[in-house]
Parts: sequence; C-alpha cells; structure tokens
Amino acid sequence: MTTELPRDIKLASSEKQIDQSSSNWLPPGLALQKVDEKIMTLNVGPQHPGSGHMRLIIQIDGDYIVACDPDPGYVHRGEEKMAEYRNYITNIPHLERPVIHDSCNILYPYVLGVEELLGIEVPERAKYLRVIGAEINRCIYIMYWLAIYGIFLGHSTMFMWPTGDRELLIDLMEKMTGARVTHSHFVPGGVRNDLPANFEDVCLRQVNYFEKRIKEYAAVFYDNPILISRTKDTGVLSRQDAIRLGTTGSVLRASGVDFDVRKKEPYDVYDEFDFESIVMKEGDSYARSKVPWLDMMESCRIIKQALEKIPKSGSVRVKLKPNPKGKGFDTVYKRVESGRGSLGCYIVSDAKPEPYRLKLSVPSFRNLIALPYLLKGEKLGNMPAVYWSLNYWPVEADR
Amino acid sequence: MSVIAPNFKLSGFIKSLLDNIFWILLIFVLAGLPAVFMILLLIDLPIIDGELLTPFLALSYLVNPTRLIPVIHAFLTTDIFRVIAFPGFGFAALLAASVIFVERKMMAKLQLRVGPFYCGKVEGILQLMGDGLKLISKEIIIPAKADKPIFWAAPVLFVATAAAFVALIPVAPGWVVADIDLGLLAFFAVIGFFPIITILSAWSANSKYPFIGGIRALFQMVSFEIPLILSLLGVVMLTGTLNLSEITESQSNFPWIVFLPIGAIVFFITMLAELERIPFDLPEAESEIVAGWLTELSGMLYGLVQLGSYLKLYAFAALFVVLFLGGWNGPMIVPAFPEQIITEGIEMGPITLTLDGLESLLSNTITQEMLNGTLWFVLKTAGVIFFIILPRGVFPRVRVDILLDLGWSKLIGLCFINIFIALGLLYSGVLGPGGLQ
Repeated sequence: MTTELPRDIKLASSEKQIDQSSSNWLPPGLALQKVDEKIMTLNVGPQHPGSGHMRLIIQIDGDYIVACDPDPGYVHRGEEKMAEYRNYITNIPHLERPVIHDSCNILYPYVLGVEELLGIEVPERAKYLRVIGAEINRCIYIMYWLAIYGIFLGHSTMFMWPTGDRELLIDLMEKMTGARVTHSHFVPGGVRNDLPANFEDVCLRQVNYFEKRIKEYAAVFYDNPILISRTKDTGVLSRQDAIRLGTTGSVLRASGVDFDVRKKEPYDVYDEFDFESIVMKEGDSYARSKVPWLDMMESCRIIKQALEKIPKSGSVRVKLKPNPKGKGFDTVYKRVESGRGSLGCYIVSDAKPEPYRLKLSVPSFRNLIALPYLLKGEKLGNMPAVYWSLNYWPVEADR
Repeated sequence: MSVIAPNFKLSGFIKSLLDNIFWILLIFVLAGLPAVFMILLLIDLPIIDGELLTPFLALSYLVNPTRLIPVIHAFLTTDIFRVIAFPGFGFAALLAASVIFVERKMMAKLQLRVGPFYCGKVEGILQLMGDGLKLISKEIIIPAKADKPIFWAAPVLFVATAAAFVALIPVAPGWVVADIDLGLLAFFAVIGFFPIITILSAWSANSKYPFIGGIRALFQMVSFEIPLILSLLGVVMLTGTLNLSEITESQSNFPWIVFLPIGAIVFFITMLAELERIPFDLPEAESEIVAGWLTELSGMLYGLVQLGSYLKLYAFAALFVVLFLGGWNGPMIVPAFPEQIITEGIEMGPITLTLDGLESLLSNTITQEMLNGTLWFVLKTAGVIFFIILPRGVFPRVRVDILLDLGWSKLIGLCFINIFIALGLLYSGVLGPGGLQ
C-alpha cells in the first residue's frame, strides 16, 4: 500500500493538447495518437457487455493496463437544469430518474432540503416510513449491483439469485407505494401514502426470508476460492488515497474510513436505531464487494427495528402552504447515505415556486474518479472486477 | 382469432398450389429422373443374397419385410453408415444436442429459473431447433477488413476437426469409425488443431477483441495440452497400447480411475480448459472482451462453432469414459432378443410372418453385447457431461495468470506423481500391460 497518491499517471486525453478548432479533431479515444507500438487502445463501451452506459478508454500493454480514461456522459439528461423549470412538487418524479433502483434515497436529500427551506416539521410516523422505504430501496439497489458484479466475474448463478430475491423487496415497495421501481414516494412534508393494512406482518416475513437468503450468498460467492483469488489484492485503494480522491460510501468504508452519513449526521430518526457502520481495512476489490453485502444485513436490522418502533397511528404528511413568503435568496445543503455513498442535494431558492438552482452531488461520480488510479498496472482480466466494485452507477454520474 | 389477408381467395390459393405441384412434377420428370439414372449408371450396385440390387429390386423390397432385412444389414455394415450415423457424426450430434438442452434446464434449476419453456409445448424441448433456425436465417456479416477466405473457413474447419475427434471414439465392441493402432496419438494430433483454428479465426477477423480472445485461447490450449498428454501416460503404461478399443477392453475388471485417480482428476481439469468451459472460459470472457474470438462471427458461422464446441464436449467426455471409466464395459442389462420371433416368426392374425435375414443380423451386427455396450457408454458419458456442466453454476471465471500458474506448475506436478504411481504399480507386479492379471 502506498501512502502517496500515484501522481505520475497521465490520462490519455490530457496527454495531448486538444485543439477542437482544427478540422481533423476527433473525440478522445477515436483520434489516432502517437503511442508506443506495443500499446493497444481498447474502447470498452458504450456498446460492450462490461461497460454500462459509458466508455472506458483503456490502453493495454500485453495484458497490463497502462492507462484508463473513463468517459461518462452518454446518458446525460440535464436533471439539474430541468429542475429549474419545474416547481418543487413536479420535480419529484424526474429527480429519481438517475437511479430508479434507489429512487427513495436519491429523493431523500431533496425532500429534506425543501422541508428546511419551508421550515416545516414532518410527522413522526412519516419519518419512520421514510426510513423503511429508504432501507428497502438500498437493499434493492445493492441486489441489482451485486447481480451485475456476479455476471462481470462470469458467475451466472450470482446474476440470477439476487435478481430473483430482489423481487421480494420490490413487491414490498409495490405494496407500500403502488409502483415497482419509480416510487415518487417521498414528498416535502412526509410521504405520499400511508401503509396498506397488514403491511407490517408481510414486511417482517419478507425481510426475515430475505436476510436468510442473502446469508446463503456467502457459500456460493463470497467464500468461493476462485472469487477470492481474483479479487483479493487487486485494485488496492489505501486509506489516504481514498480520502484524497474524495471517494464515498462503500468504497471509502472498504478502505478503512468509518464514514456513514447515517451515523455521523443522523437525519430523520436514524439516531434511534442500533446498527453498525461496516468498515473493512483491506481496500481491495474483495472488500469493496463485501461491504455493500454486509450493509444489506444492517439495513434488514434497521427495517425490523423501525417496524417495532413506528407509531401505530398518526398523519403521514403535512399540508404545504402555497408559495410561502420567502426570505429572499436562501440556500440549503442536505446529504444522506444512499446505496452508493453520501448523496448531497444543494438547493438555492429565490422564494419562487421553482428552485433557482439545484445541484446533485452524486456518489457515483465521486467514486469513478478513483478508477484510473486503481486500474493502472492491473491485468485486463481484473478490469470488470475493479470497475464494478467501485459501486458506480453510470446514469447517476451523468445525471 | 385468425386474421386472413383481405384479398384472400380460396380458389386462387388452390390454383397456386396446383401450379406449384405442376412445376415440381415437370422439373422432376425432365431433370430429376435423368439425374438419378445418370448417378445410378456411375455407381456400383451392391449384391445382396446373390442378386444385384437394382433400383427396381430395391423398390420391390420395400413392400416385403422379409427381403428388406438383408438390405438393412448390408447398409449397417457399410462405412458410410458408420461415418454418418453411428457411432460417427449423427450419434455425436444427437448427444450434443441433448447436452445443450440438459445444460439449459439444469442451469435454470440451479439458478431458480425455468429455462426454455414454451417452444415445443413440453418443457421447451424444441428450443434448440428454434435457435438453429434463427441462426440459419440470420445474415452473415463479415468485417470489412477481414481476411475473408480464412474467416469463412475457420468455423467449418472447427466442426470438421471436432468430427474427426468423434471418429476416434469406440462406442461398443467393434463399433468405431477409425479403429487405428495409434488412436491416442491421433487424438493428441487432432486436439493440436484447435488452437491453430482458433487463432486463425481470431486473427483473420482483424478486430481487437477477437484478437485478444484468440491469443488467450492459444495460451490456454497450448499450456494445458502438456498436462493433458502427461496425464494419459499412466494409462498407456499400464495397458501397453495406444489403441482406444484395446484400452477399453483392458478395463473389463476394473476401470483405471480406481488405480489412477490423480490422472483422472488432472485430465478432467485440463478437459475443462480445452473446452473453454467455466471456470476456464477466458477466451470468451464476456465482461472483458465481449465474446472473445467469437465476437465477429454471426449467423450460422457462430452456429457452426457452437456445434463444433458441443461435439468436442461430447468427444472429450467420451474419451474420459474410454480411458478412465471402462468404456462400454458393464453388467449385462439388455435382455436377449426373443428366440420365438427368430424361429417361429410373428403371428399376425391368419398369417405368420417369418423373417429370414433376422438371425444373421442379430448375431453379426446388432448383437446383445453391442446394445449393452452402447447403453453403458451413453450412461457413463452422460454422467461425465453432468460434471463438466456443473462448474458453470458454481464458479466465476479465473484470471489468465492464475490459469497459467495452474497449468504449468500444479497440474504438471500432479501428472508426474500420477506417472510414478503407474510405474510403481507396473514394477511391483500388481498390474501389467494388458490389464489386471
């Protein structure tokens, strides 16, 4: 493990002075670069089974990667600009689009911020409902991520099992909110609907079974000797590098930094639950792949505690006053712990129905920055294992 | 609800059918029949029971089962039957097709899915046929800068080499396409072709991912051929022959896996690597190099490579059975053919049908031993194939460096241990060339 950040890495696009005005200019990766004859440039993506909605420009020398230039932006849809043209309520359905699997968590900081701008207090029952929704969504997201991690390593059973078990929780969310993935459940002032009748019993049963199922993954995936030999000591990110590169979430916690927004800055009722913040020391791909799996078990614990502590009755939403008389320009920044790490939302309000400016600080983009540093010197076979262990969701990074 | 084309007319439909029949008959009479007779003039007609088998006689045999049996008997003993049907290409392709179906259903059960379900009403049994039709109907796209002759030839060569491999396998006593004294050596020669074909196909595509996949395949196959060959030396030492039929006969009492378990395990692992099965499917690693050396193949060229690889799978499993599990040897479980039918014939109401050539057919060609041997061979092969498929559900893919380390250091070391065990058995007098004594 090096304590110093490998600053000698130069990315492919930064090596050449890009002169876009010249007639034969081509985007990075497509332009013919004068490189060593031994170096082969590979475009991994966007039409590649191992890339997602993005492109990695990889230069390989034999089987070793000498440089990697991530090229996101293929699914940029201008969420932040769109938010400036819609009022605070109509922003809800489109703001969850970047990560539809984690749609409660990506709305969470926005909703918290709007509540602080309005200065309204959320009913106690709604806070617990939000925690339940957010934790179930975290599990749904991590299961999807885990399935793709399995198939990236060539483990087709690990693709099918999480995709199937994820249905348990999707059914729960469908009962709770009426939609399978894009719930639009969190609104400023609470949640949209109350729970259906008998939800607590169904939820407890499904979550207990889910917990039992995810423990079985250890036998087929996490304790698998081939998996361990492939991911141990590959793509090692030291504690200092993880902090200096600004990574977050499971990547940061796998490198030995105990940082969980739910613990450090508890929002809503997270300070009332007894749960662990998973930290591993190794900082390699194996640790990064194991932290989200252990996170899911903690999420199950939180859901079960929340089902016990939730007030049995009460309103779940406060009425919003139309166009509150504002205080002029006002800003708010809120962050939550999403399935990928700390997800922040910065809102600038000018006391109009629409936000003046909305900025999403997404964990995916922050984790992607570590990729060129991790991939340098790795073998090509390690590329999917390191890339997807960063807990990166291409659509969220592009926003 | 069926939808009929708006301008559909039954009379027009019948007229088109009649037109088609008319033209088919006309072309058949004017061109087809003369062609058939020209072919018949050129080939030698066989003599059966002292009579020359003319086409007219062959047609008259069709209505008389008594006279048909000698024709069938004569056909079963020809080389063309052995090459095409049994134990050659047809038998292997049938087994390979059933392997694909079983693999899909088995993986589905392991992964809590259903698998192929709709095509063919019963558990998706016709899915493979549907896939084949789809592949045939697909356009074959060839990269612009590809070396076209080699790119076209490589999939065909792949299937041909796999079929040549199948020809070496003895299925039942006396039932083998090529019964050569250097059978095992011929097998080593045939598997030496696969890396060459792979790298030819990969290189001729002139594309990056196939090239990387081809190089990986070359690495993998060449480095695993050495432990593959060394692991079989123990069997050759104990039997003292390279003829696969004789190796099978030497195991009438004990299969060699009892004495040479290490050799069998090494052979099994190298077999997985040669077949590019998970966990050694690096040449086709999807998330790293798209589809490896198959990336640019499309349509039936891809289908041919798949057919070839499943033929190869069958052939390797069959070779494992022949070398380590005793081939066709097994307890007699096939019942004898009822004597009554041979001696007295079949009573069909008032008539009694006596079949004259049946006795010679049953005692010379389709004997009880042959049926029993085939049954045991197929059962054992199915068992080995089950264990070849199984790792796909449990293991991820290994990495190149781990693979090469496994092949060059660990497996070769185990091979030498296996050879020393064989030498020990030989010189201590427990076993000698020719089997248990």
